[in-house]
Amino acid sequence: MVDQSAVGRSFTPVTARVEPGRLRFFLDTLGETNPLYRGGAAAPVPPTYLFCLEMMDAAEPFEFLTALGIDLARVLHGEQRFDYHAPVVIGDTLTFRPRVTSVTEKKGGAMTLIVVETAVTNQAGIHVADTLRTIVVRNARPS
Amino acid sequence: MSSSVPAVGDRIVHKEFPPISRHRLALYCGASGDHNPIHVDIDFAKQAGFPDVFAHGMLVMGYLGQALTDAVSPSRIRSFSTRFAAITQLGAALTCEGTVTDLIEQGGEKRAKLALTTKDQNGEIKLAGEAIIAL
Repeated sequence: MVDQSAVGRSFTPVTARVEPGRLRFFLDTLGETNPLYRGGAAAPVPPTYLFCLEMMDAAEPFEFLTALGIDLARVLHGEQRFDYHAPVVIGDTLTFRPRVTSVTEKKGGAMTLIVVETAVTNQAGIHVADTLRTIVVRNARPS
Repeated sequence: MSSSVPAVGDRIVHKEFPPISRHRLALYCGASGDHNPIHVDIDFAKQAGFPDVFAHGMLVMGYLGQALTDAVSPSRIRSFSTRFAAITQLGAALTCEGTVTDLIEQGGEKRAKLALTTKDQNGEIKLAGEAIIAL
């Protein structure tokens, strides 16, 4: 079971470029037809796309689960937050730096909530966003 | 959004989406980089204790984001958060809505707080969220 020693752990930074082709695939998958997102260079990205970029270009998308010994089949997404500080546009290259900021046991140990906060900077070193995800781990009950 | 200032209680976000198919979940794996097999592999899902595969939370939040940016330019969104209240099953036809709950001054600008929900065709809440937008 994950304990407080995980708090403060950081993981391999991920660098991802906002590529128009990959973004188009995302837009088509969601049936997104807003022309704003298809405006070519300097078009903005949809509000949840930062989450995808971090996973797509990670050498190990589930690194933090592996590092903390968590079984992928036991996790659910509990909460997700994005704070946007500056625009992210097509052509940007973003760097994601994730770290564990809290570990909380719930329901007498039946669940563990793990919060991972990720600072996002662009190619100019501008801090463009922070993301926060809460992962719910369904712990095995003693049989 | 740029010309008229919304009032507390105004519903400014509303969009309905087609039922979620297995094909959509497969596409979303590739489109998002989230290849957790629990969303596409029924054998894996059953072993994990679920009756079938189910939607990525971030696909559902992606729909809510789409509904939000139909109403508000992405450049005006200061924060966007959701709690994943229930699993979204195959076939769910989602409706996303957002209502103004507060008008505030923050970071040197006038902003509005929105309460956001995503419900399925039975009215079950899948996501409950909040956005803060610049006016």
